Amino acid sequence: MTQPNDTHTEHWHRRLLEGKSALMAVLTTVAISIGGLVEIIPMYSLAAGPQAIAEVSPYTPLELAGRDVYIREGCYNCHSQMVRPFRSETMRYGPWTRAGEYAYDRPFQLGSRRIGPDLQRLGGKYPDAWHYEHMRDPRSTSPGSIMPTYGWLLTDSYDVADVTASVQAMQTLGVPYRDDEVAQVAESLSKQADGIVASLKGQGIETTPDREIVAMIAYLQRLGVDGKAAVAAAEAK
Amino acid sequence: MTSPIATAAASPPAPPDYDDAIVKKFVIATVLWGAVGMLVGVILALQLAWWPANLDLPYTTFGRLRPLHTNAVIFAFTGNFIFAGVYYSLQRLLKTRLFNDTLSTIHFWGWQAIIVSAAVTLPLGMTQSKEYAELIWPIDLAIAVIWVVFAINFFGTIAIRKVKHLYVAIWFYMSMVLTIAVLHIVNNLALPATLTRSYPIYAGMTDALVQWWYGHNAVGFLLTTPILGLMYYFLPKSVGRPVYSYRLSIVHFWALVFIYIWAGPHHLLYSGLPDWAQTVGMVFSLALLAPSWGGMLNGLLTLRGAWDKLRTDPIVKFWAVAVSFYGMSTFEGPMMSIRVVNSLSHYTDWTIGHVHSGALGWVGMAAFAMLYYLVPRLWNRKLHSVSLASTHFWLATIGIVLYVVSMWASGITQGLMWRAFDADGQLQYASFMDTVLQLMPFYWIRLAGGTMYLTGLLIMAFNLIKTAKGDTPLVAATTPVAAPAK
Repeated sequence: MTQPNDTHTEHWHRRLLEGKSALMAVLTTVAISIGGLVEIIPMYSLAAGPQAIAEVSPYTPLELAGRDVYIREGCYNCHSQMVRPFRSETMRYGPWTRAGEYAYDRPFQLGSRRIGPDLQRLGGKYPDAWHYEHMRDPRSTSPGSIMPTYGWLLTDSYDVADVTASVQAMQTLGVPYRDDEVAQVAESLSKQADGIVASLKGQGIETTPDREIVAMIAYLQRLGVDGKAAVAAAEAK
Repeated sequence: MTSPIATAAASPPAPPDYDDAIVKKFVIATVLWGAVGMLVGVILALQLAWWPANLDLPYTTFGRLRPLHTNAVIFAFTGNFIFAGVYYSLQRLLKTRLFNDTLSTIHFWGWQAIIVSAAVTLPLGMTQSKEYAELIWPIDLAIAVIWVVFAINFFGTIAIRKVKHLYVAIWFYMSMVLTIAVLHIVNNLALPATLTRSYPIYAGMTDALVQWWYGHNAVGFLLTTPILGLMYYFLPKSVGRPVYSYRLSIVHFWALVFIYIWAGPHHLLYSGLPDWAQTVGMVFSLALLAPSWGGMLNGLLTLRGAWDKLRTDPIVKFWAVAVSFYGMSTFEGPMMSIRVVNSLSHYTDWTIGHVHSGALGWVGMAAFAMLYYLVPRLWNRKLHSVSLASTHFWLATIGIVLYVVSMWASGITQGLMWRAFDADGQLQYASFMDTVLQLMPFYWIRLAGGTMYLTGLLIMAFNLIKTAKGDTPLVAATTPVAAPAK
């Protein structure tokens, strides 16, 4: 503490700041604000500009429902969705990921640890039935897998009102769903789900269109498809 | 010149008007939630080594329990530890009772209610999926309210202080109070779709950047700066010596709070984030080494002349290891942010090992040091058993080493396998599964290390309960350890 006999040697920091709590608080707030502002604000000019990709379109309601299941189960804790621009990754997974591919990802699902493989280019890699069996018992399709079983996805149903609320919220946030699409979420859900149920039936699996597994398959089969199309289109030019 | 800690170290025994009842509550909560959070961690470690431990139930899968573990350790264990230490030291540094007892009580019970609600909602699958910000929007609102209550109590106490000067510990506390508020609010801005689900106002890459700006600085301003503040109070108190350098504390404080906030993009190297942002993140991460080591050196050098206590005093042992691990992990972090290193370490267990050398080594050991210091003083009882504390120390230290080394081995092994090519230029391990099965021995070693650490914590809990219920008053030790006069 300031002693009468040491005021003449008092450090400027102590003299000017250490008795003034409000000033310290303001200066600290300034110090911690600069980095974030400099890094985050430019993202808003980029998101709408050079990073936009024409081939990337919003998720369908069923895919969105599946994505919500993916988030609920915390899949991101073990699976990334980001192929890095290395030969070892593009050979294993497919084209590396462009920022614009995430345009409609709210929240993002890049992940931070690959306990299992990256899923960015999963769409179209396996038949629907593979995913059904894999969720029921991962070891039936992937011997040695340490993934938990997800049997409840096969029996539980998604809620149409919930999906509608999700689509509406996304529209409010700026995802370009047309009003007629928002009005016909139920129709869209059953149409896409019927297709997956039929494809599963063709592969010997009986289920109903209201099951969570159907939504999950819709989402997993969509992963990275638009991005791959964009890369193919760019290469064709 | 006179070091500020000379005053702090020479402060008189607690006058009766300090609110130590609230500190006791936070101390008990720290130990309780520490046990819960680390137990969940051990269960997760088992699930990775032996998948049937997922129990085929939705509520107990790795994907739902892992957020419970991280949130419990960060916000429940570390949160309560910080609040206990801040409320104890703030009153003594400012020579005044806390601003408002009602606010203190709301802060305590509000925070515990948030933790309980997290423990219920996360296993139910209610999550925002942003790491360490998984809690759903109604809980986020509650966190904001309780944090404001804490902030009012904190700044209110500063306003009614009896001492003009704000000691360095308080600058660090202040940086936490302010920064966590900013991070929490900005990262959780979202539009609710239902009562339990919301979608962020940011999309894709921007959402990822905001999240890792938050995620990295939650580490910076919850797991680092407040703990440094506590180090600046409790470490000199524990060894009876003034802080090594006052000037160093000024430089490393301002450098740390300014630089930390820039480093988030190192979590997104090689992603779609613009290259300039990745490079800025990497450069600032490297720069972060300097202020981090400034803090470490100031802590370690404060131990100078008290090394003999290292053999006898468990508190000093825990501090020495805590500060050493702080130095180790703040060297490792900048190294991992270098692009070429990150290309190997990212997405592997190396990262998991890194966070645990910080969380178990730095935060955990600092918490134990503070608890062994506080409980005898708060309950005015002699520590029940120094040898049990020593046992705890060795279990924890060996446990961390097993954990960290096994994760280095696991991470580097898998990273190298992912990028290995055979003579024909094909992937040598084209089956991802091969790279997973290779890790199983490391997962068992990690489980052993984590179990040892948890066992140590339970021994501490027993020791502290016996201390509080003991009947030997801490007469001698309540005499303040006088700082050597300069």
